[in-house]
Amino acid sequence: MSSATPSLVGRVLRRIEIDVRLLGMLSALALIALAFNRASDGVFLTPRNLYNLAVQSSVVGVMACGMVLVIVSRHIDLSVGSLLGFAGMLAALLQVDGLLAGSRLSWPSASLIALACGGLIGAAQGWWIAYRGVPAFVVTLGGLMIFRGSAYLLTDGRTVAPLDPGFERLGGGIEGSIGVGPSWALAGVAIIVIALLTLRTRAERRRHGVTVPPLWAEAIRVGLPVLGVLAFVAVMNAHTLPRSDVGRGLPIPVLVLIAVGSSMHVVSRATRFGRHVYAMGGSPTAAARAGIDLRRVTLVVFTAMGLLAGIAGVLTSARLGAGTNSMGTLSELAVIAAAVIGGTSLAGGVGSVAGAVLGAVVMQSLENGMVLLGISSAVRQVGIGAVLVLAVWLDTVWTRRGDAL
Amino acid sequence: MTAARVALCGVSKAFGGVVAVDAVNLELTAGEVLGLLGHNGAGKSTLVKMLSGADPCDRGEIRIDDQPVSIRTPRDARRLGIETIYQDLALADNLPVPANVFLGRERTTRFGRLDEAAMERATRDVLERLNPALSDLHRPVGQLSGGQRQSVAIARALLFEARVLIMDEPTAALGPQETGQVAEQIERLKGEGIAILLVSHDLHDVFDLSDRIAVLKNGRLVGHGPREALSRERVLEMIIAGSVVGGDLPPR
Ligand SMILES: Nc1ncnc2c1ncn2[C@@H]1O[C@H](COP(=O)(O)OP(=O)(O)O)[C@@H](O)[C@H]1O
Ligand SMILES: [Mg+2]
Repeated sequence: MSSATPSLVGRVLRRIEIDVRLLGMLSALALIALAFNRASDGVFLTPRNLYNLAVQSSVVGVMACGMVLVIVSRHIDLSVGSLLGFAGMLAALLQVDGLLAGSRLSWPSASLIALACGGLIGAAQGWWIAYRGVPAFVVTLGGLMIFRGSAYLLTDGRTVAPLDPGFERLGGGIEGSIGVGPSWALAGVAIIVIALLTLRTRAERRRHGVTVPPLWAEAIRVGLPVLGVLAFVAVMNAHTLPRSDVGRGLPIPVLVLIAVGSSMHVVSRATRFGRHVYAMGGSPTAAARAGIDLRRVTLVVFTAMGLLAGIAGVLTSARLGAGTNSMGTLSELAVIAAAVIGGTSLAGGVGSVAGAVLGAVVMQSLENGMVLLGISSAVRQVGIGAVLVLAVWLDTVWTRRGDAL
Repeated sequence: MTAARVALCGVSKAFGGVVAVDAVNLELTAGEVLGLLGHNGAGKSTLVKMLSGADPCDRGEIRIDDQPVSIRTPRDARRLGIETIYQDLALADNLPVPANVFLGRERTTRFGRLDEAAMERATRDVLERLNPALSDLHRPVGQLSGGQRQSVAIARALLFEARVLIMDEPTAALGPQETGQVAEQIERLKGEGIAILLVSHDLHDVFDLSDRIAVLKNGRLVGHGPREALSRERVLEMIIAGSVVGGDLPPR
């Protein structure tokens, strides 16, 4: 119909079956990076700055992976910043004052308890939303206040420090990366996995007699991420430890983001649960009439979101080396903005995990770049706010034209 | 006499004080199209929802192949081979064709991964029968035309070997050409031995397609008979005045 005369570029992109929106976002990110690099006389694109940027993006990135599903299912979660603060404080407090304090199991057990608490709190909120019919906006607005207050009550407002050096590695500081060799090894594993998955998909489609994309298209589809992986690891390895030429390799929080991102990607795209989340967002009545249990889906979505906020809390206190009361303040807004910049529609039904992670990186690049240029925090806020509106506007224009592409 | 595929025996449903469906007896036979007519508010959609599990009945019995069954949820209905095509089609506009066809019944591989290739294959096979022109299955169904969307909804019903197909106002939103397509599809399904319930408030939508006609008014069955025995005028009279025709009524 509307695609009767697609342009050459459009036809090629369709053949490759690459997400056009994702490609657009990558280009935008590249433009931002080049512009900041120029303005900062080449500081922005140094390995050191990119390493910091990656670490800074991971906390919001981890939560954005869950926020996509929340928003896709037509809900919202305003509590994630406070939940991050509560979980981070709990992890800090338990390793210093908990039953196992002093033992080697202290920080791992404290972290696990913090994660479990995040998941349980998420489930509790999901239960109020799904089974008690209180709108998500209200439940999580209440949660925003409740968990911020609870975090304060945990220590009567005291900052908890110092923390276990083992725990602090999770934050990606000087000890917080895995080194050059293991990083290359992981890159190798990632590439093999990408290649195997592609080959398997091709084989399956052939077996069922469904068309497979031409080899050149597949090569581009596999080639781009492979190049991305190699370039990323090369940059992380190029950033050296202080006063040495020993490369750092992948930072642990970034590894966490990669693990969370790939799992959530698979969950959202390749499982029945993920399919049901999107169906529910596209049309709740259609989903219900197809026998999908919307309440159960909602409960699971919020449980996952809580768990991810717990992970983000652990990463944050590890990075700060302390449990503080301000951890995660306003980060719910950064997370929602990341998801939305990454192409998640607030109307529900549309959004991707990869887009949300990219959105987090875009937001953090703007912040990081403006800091490099010595721009005040007030002006940074104005800038990022404007970009948020602009990005969503561009996306609607893009989507409207999308058919004609 | 062979047993009816579906028999409604005195089914009723009330919403508060309003009796939406009142002790209705109705039978559907395999390979037959039953047209269910009535004004807005007559209780047609309520009757459909009893059969599709969207809103179970209060009283009465539903029998399938002479076995009493309980239909409490959409899953129950689907398990019994009752497929419903709702007036609004109940499609998720953001998802592509195979995802809609398999919604709620996705095929997975051993490890719980969605088996997209298998679902696409099966969808293509069904659509080839229904609407060969619809070949770009990867677009979100929101971008398809009304007739194509209708085909997707029908494909969903067919893929799971429906034994009973309920269509609520199937042609209300379609143009003349697409209406013709749907009529062809209904003929074909009938030939496959499926029992079809066509629901409409508009006599002209269903008269020619139906083998038998039943008319509801204020929740009660006011008329019922083979189409050859009825004229359009007669049916219209039943819809409006609710006069009961004798002779062809099933035993109460
Ligand atoms: N969920 C409901 N709650 C209250 N009343 C309802 C509900 N559904 C239907 N009704 C009432 O039941 C009667 C029959 O409605 P319906 O089955 O939708 O009629 P039709 O589909 O023939 O237009 C109407 O009086 C309607 O107002
Ligand atoms: Mg109706």
